[in-house]
Amino acid sequence: MSGLLAPIGRAFLDALAALGRLALFAGTAIGHMGRPPFYPRLIARQMIEIGYFSLPVVALTTLFSGMVLALQSYTGFARFSAESAVATVVVLSMTRELAPVLAGLMVAGRVGAAMAAEIGTMRVTEQIDALTVLSTDPYKYLVVPRLIAGATMLPLLVLVGDIIGVFGGYLVSVYKLDFNAAGYLRRTWDYLEMIDVVSGLVKAGAFGFLVALTGCYHGYHSKGGAQGVGQATTNAVVSASILILVFNYIITEMFFAK
Amino acid sequence: MSAPKIQLTGVKKAFGEQIVLDGVDYALPAGESLVVIGGSGSGKSVLLKCILGILKPDAGSIRIDGVETAGARGEAREAVLKKIGMLFQGSALFDSLPVWENVAFRLIQGQGMERKEAKEVALGKLAQVGLGPPVAELYPAELSGGMQKRVALARAIASDPEIIFFDEPTTGLDPIMADVINDLVVASVKKLGATTISITHDMASARKIATKIAMIYGGKFIWTGDAKNIDRSGNAHVDQFIHGRAEGPIQMAVRRP
Repeated sequence: MSGLLAPIGRAFLDALAALGRLALFAGTAIGHMGRPPFYPRLIARQMIEIGYFSLPVVALTTLFSGMVLALQSYTGFARFSAESAVATVVVLSMTRELAPVLAGLMVAGRVGAAMAAEIGTMRVTEQIDALTVLSTDPYKYLVVPRLIAGATMLPLLVLVGDIIGVFGGYLVSVYKLDFNAAGYLRRTWDYLEMIDVVSGLVKAGAFGFLVALTGCYHGYHSKGGAQGVGQATTNAVVSASILILVFNYIITEMFFAK
Repeated sequence: MSAPKIQLTGVKKAFGEQIVLDGVDYALPAGESLVVIGGSGSGKSVLLKCILGILKPDAGSIRIDGVETAGARGEAREAVLKKIGMLFQGSALFDSLPVWENVAFRLIQGQGMERKEAKEVALGKLAQVGLGPPVAELYPAELSGGMQKRVALARAIASDPEIIFFDEPTTGLDPIMADVINDLVVASVKKLGATTISITHDMASARKIATKIAMIYGGKFIWTGDAKNIDRSGNAHVDQFIHGRAEGPIQMAVRRP
């Protein structure tokens, strides 16, 4: 019996230790945020990388999600004559859940992986050691700009994603399902509350931070050449995706639990 | 007699059960060029990283200009790093920056120099290692290995450091380019009057750039002396190493056929 339980216990302890190391890394990085020197050029570069260049993938994802959501909820609700709820379902689902989670996962795949690969390559080619020798703190130079850019740009992406997702639902509802355009928009607006949007943006901020954090963490601690960098990239995407789903529940609980 | 520029006393470092440095002692006077020789995995790079503060020694003392640096943090470490330049084995140039910005990196980021002024300094340092202004605008990936080493040397000397470390400065270069780099190293060090520590397997390089040589084996310096006496060391380990013989007291961990 103990032979069966030991590997499970070991895996659990390893997971806790990894979480602890990630938390310490985050604490160190946050501790560096308030102290100079600051690197506004690097922050701006990361903002463009995360925000601007992720826009197409987030736009496509949310557009089709909104379209599918309208179609699915229409066919489902038609069974009990509640088709009029489609607009409300689309806007609440997009703002509260789908836009932040899908954007977070997409950015984890695109940006988190790139961060891990770039910083991992810098680690194995001694560029991070070179930064240290050149009197530049790697946390301040590499990690802090990415964390700031991640936490600030994902909410903006999600805001755009919210609008595009709702627009996708509108397209399907009006042009395929023959909804009245003005009525659809009125229902969308009437049942939307500020907290729906705000909760999604708070989630996005947290997800952006987590994506950047895991990308930087796994890249920073990669070793062993190309294989190590590849492993770091995989770990960054997997751990960011898991953390996004876990924190999605936690933040939802914070905002909407009775 | 003046205090040594760099003083190592009983420096120890282990990774788990593997003891890499087992009490390294050495005092390097200012203006001297020490070359540390030794086989692969003998702890040369670890020793360099301990002196630089990238690794923290488990025990012992590392003093630079009489100031303890082992485990130094914050401003104390900053003050030490300002005196140091380093040429990394793989050059370690920043891929995302053009050559001139690599060379001027410390001037811009560390010293807050204006970019225009820093670029002028960088162009001067690049000229010192034989590279013209067109190269300054290229990215490291566009350069040959020899040119990357030159840029790395220019970066190492950009802030006129008092101490320079060279990690395998000629590894991966053809013999002619290796000799060019050796000449540049000697000329740059002479111009700056810097104290240097180099690690290398390349005995031609060691003979050219060293005034002092130390051989590391079993985690300790087993022979130290003037570079000109290396051929009369009277140490079997040193003799085997400098002549590159498979037979001798140093046994490599290889399976014999």
